[in-house]
Amino acid sequence: MNGSRLLAQIIKELLSLLRDPRARAILILPPLLQLMIFSFAATLEVRNATVAVFNEDTGQPAQEFVTDVTSAGFVGHVITVHSRQEQDELIEQGRALLTLHIPEDFSRHRLAGQPSPVQVILDGQQANAAQVALSYLQAIAMEQGNRIEPMVLRHAFNPNLIYQWYVVPSLSGILSMLIALAVTALSISRERELGTFDQLLVSPTTPLEIILAKCLPAVLMGFVMGSVMITAALLLFQVPFTGSLLWLAGALVLFIISVVGIGLMVSAVSETQQQAILGVFALAVPMVLMSGFATPVENMPDLLQWMAQAIPLTHFLVIVQGSFLKSIPADVVISHLWPLALIALVTLSGATLVVRKRLH
Amino acid sequence: MTAIVLDDVHKAFGKTQALKGISGEIAAGRLTGLVGPDGAGKTTLIRMMAGLLKADSGALRVAGLDPVHDGMALAESVGYMPQRFGLYEDLTVQENLNLYAELRGLPRDDYDATFERLLDFTRLGPFTKRLAGRLSGGMKQKLGLACALITSPEVLLLDEPGVGVDPVSRQDLWRMVQALTGEGMAVIWATAYLEEAERCEDVLLLSEGQLRFRSEPGELTRRLQGRCFRLKGSEEKRALLRQVLARKDVRDGTIEGDRIRVVVDEGVDGDALASLGDVEEVAPRFEDAFIDLLGGGPGGHSPLADQMPDVPELKDPVSCQHLTRRFGEFVATDDVSFNVRQGEILGLLGPNGAGKSTTFKMLCGLLKPSSGEARVAGLDLRSAASDAKLKLGYMAQKFSLYGLLSVRQNLVFYAGVYGLRGEEKQNRIREMIDGLQLGPLLDSAPDQLSLGFKQRLALACALMHRPPILFLDEPTSGVDPITRREFWTHINGLVGKGVTVLVTTHFMDEAEYCDRVALMHRGRVIALDTPDNLKAQAGQGASMEQAFIHLIEEQDDA
Repeated sequence: MNGSRLLAQIIKELLSLLRDPRARAILILPPLLQLMIFSFAATLEVRNATVAVFNEDTGQPAQEFVTDVTSAGFVGHVITVHSRQEQDELIEQGRALLTLHIPEDFSRHRLAGQPSPVQVILDGQQANAAQVALSYLQAIAMEQGNRIEPMVLRHAFNPNLIYQWYVVPSLSGILSMLIALAVTALSISRERELGTFDQLLVSPTTPLEIILAKCLPAVLMGFVMGSVMITAALLLFQVPFTGSLLWLAGALVLFIISVVGIGLMVSAVSETQQQAILGVFALAVPMVLMSGFATPVENMPDLLQWMAQAIPLTHFLVIVQGSFLKSIPADVVISHLWPLALIALVTLSGATLVVRKRLH
Repeated sequence: MTAIVLDDVHKAFGKTQALKGISGEIAAGRLTGLVGPDGAGKTTLIRMMAGLLKADSGALRVAGLDPVHDGMALAESVGYMPQRFGLYEDLTVQENLNLYAELRGLPRDDYDATFERLLDFTRLGPFTKRLAGRLSGGMKQKLGLACALITSPEVLLLDEPGVGVDPVSRQDLWRMVQALTGEGMAVIWATAYLEEAERCEDVLLLSEGQLRFRSEPGELTRRLQGRCFRLKGSEEKRALLRQVLARKDVRDGTIEGDRIRVVVDEGVDGDALASLGDVEEVAPRFEDAFIDLLGGGPGGHSPLADQMPDVPELKDPVSCQHLTRRFGEFVATDDVSFNVRQGEILGLLGPNGAGKSTTFKMLCGLLKPSSGEARVAGLDLRSAASDAKLKLGYMAQKFSLYGLLSVRQNLVFYAGVYGLRGEEKQNRIREMIDGLQLGPLLDSAPDQLSLGFKQRLALACALMHRPPILFLDEPTSGVDPITRREFWTHINGLVGKGVTVLVTTHFMDEAEYCDRVALMHRGRVIALDTPDNLKAQAGQGASMEQAFIHLIEEQDDA
């Protein structure tokens, strides 16, 4: 290892990343914009839903139930229908998210204190929104029943289910992962396309120096962007922070290093930038989907759960979400830090080996 | 008959004036060379004729049509072959032909007859099932030509068809093009090679967006009658060239084997050179006339080499023994052995796919040999420690520079990567800036610079650590003749200091600069000798190109 050789390469990497104002803008602005857009737009809450009501019961409990539903926050538009056929048509044509059918014996059962079922038909094409709407509906029904049997449901850590509290910290991990992946995946393959990689290989510099030099600027970049987004979560979105900033910063560094290792592996085996970008795409999508961001890891089959453990994002999401809402204890953080360190070690040595093998 | 009329055509890209008022006519039934150095405006003009670019001002008529307004009609009467082949590399030869027939709207009934004619003409018949990407450079050009000829056009536009094509394939292309002009077609052949220009019937000489000359090449060449000489002195040829170029009455000088080719000023007699050696008058070439038209060649003094210390004696600088490399079934380099002596320039020549690059890469340690060994400074570079690599300077094809870094940052980077630091680093960088006149453009990005400047920068980067051995991979591809002379002046100066040079090239006149030439064909070295001896094998007065074709055909017949 030779200091001046390494330094020259680190400066080269930083310059080629940041010298061009347009490249700089492309690197920095989109992730910040995405954070804003996703935080506000990509919400799981349901609003302005169209609901069809087919009420065959004239009794008071039925009227109250309908009033409660139609005045609920998530309902935007109510269509009153008078036949089963009309109700089915609305769903078939996709004009209503759900229909509520109250049978004529609803009030009678209710007053007699018996179970009083209603029929709800959901538009399965909008599965997510329909599920959420159904849960709202159940809450309303429960409230009605409360007068008879009191019951309490409370969401721990996020009692008002503010969706941004969940999304914004997670996005800081996902977006900084994508930046670090893109920056590193292109770095070796671009030099290969330009022919400068051969020039590096005939120089006295070693594969380890090449990999380290490509690693540092990407880690710096990913860390800065991740920190900016976490700061935005704290100050702009006011997500309550209950953990330790120091642990979180350390985890962010280790997380980015492990991602950079993956990016460099992709880059080292790619002949062209096009291959590298496709490679990143092929990895990034499943990494996000399996990380526990979209669905809980515990709900996956065993095999996929194992695979999820090899994804850096899985561990970082636990740490970042825990730091914000759950005052995650240090020992839990550590139990997720060592897998990150292991992934980084494996991928970075892998990338170095691939570069060395190309040489021999 | 006139096929193309140009009337005061202007075109600018941003601030760059690509064409500054071009006027002229191009005749049907003739081969017209569009000649000029890189960046002269050749491609811009060709793309305008093909209707792909609109002129800022001025008028253009191609086959009686306005290329921009009559686009549909133009497509039928103009065939265009772009610089980078314009082929679909993932399709086979036949699929490429089918696609272009479809795009050109050739009637179905004519398919078979047309394909048969074109495949016969291009001799690509046996390769119809091969992927276009797997063809050699020469075959790609022939296929490109076939695609441009699907509908028999009145005007055929060829943008640098000779680039990356070896002399044997180039000869084939000439034969094809001559047959076409015989049928009355107007053929435009853009090129930066002056020996190609010499073979055209008419020449439009472009330089910096202006038309410098328009006539038969012979007319320009005739002006130099009686001013071109070949000189053989008792002195070492490179030292003699320096002496010749230092004279005030000399316009231009180049090395030709162990002689010097000299062009003297107007009114100067050949006897003036007699004090230097035996003088013999020779016929002028187009390149002589071109250099003369542009005000003469550069001097023979290299300030860069002056700064270099003498290289201490090196035993066995470059050698390879039974070097072989296979890619699957294909043997790219087959049992190649040679040695390069210290202070010698060895040229690796050969057709496309002959194994030059593979051999070259194994020598500098970028590729592992399947068997045999390659040594530089007595060491195998693949396993050598980092310090051993300091002995090697490497200049890659197409001048691999960091386009996102400025010229100065590139210099600083390469100095750093070779482990230079502190005051020594600053001194070396300054030496390179002074020696290669990089000063005025230090803060520009290399991508915006001319090819000639990039070449100088690449040389600076390769020499920063003062390597005793220099590897040059096609160092002057696409560079104009004046810049090429400057480059060789530096190399000659370095060789004078004891630097050993290995160079690959497509240019036959560059082979003349080498002390010895290794001619490769199908992975083997089929001849290894001095340029003069190789030429002698092809017969009395043969050129290097003739020698090249002769040796390869002899090998193929054997």
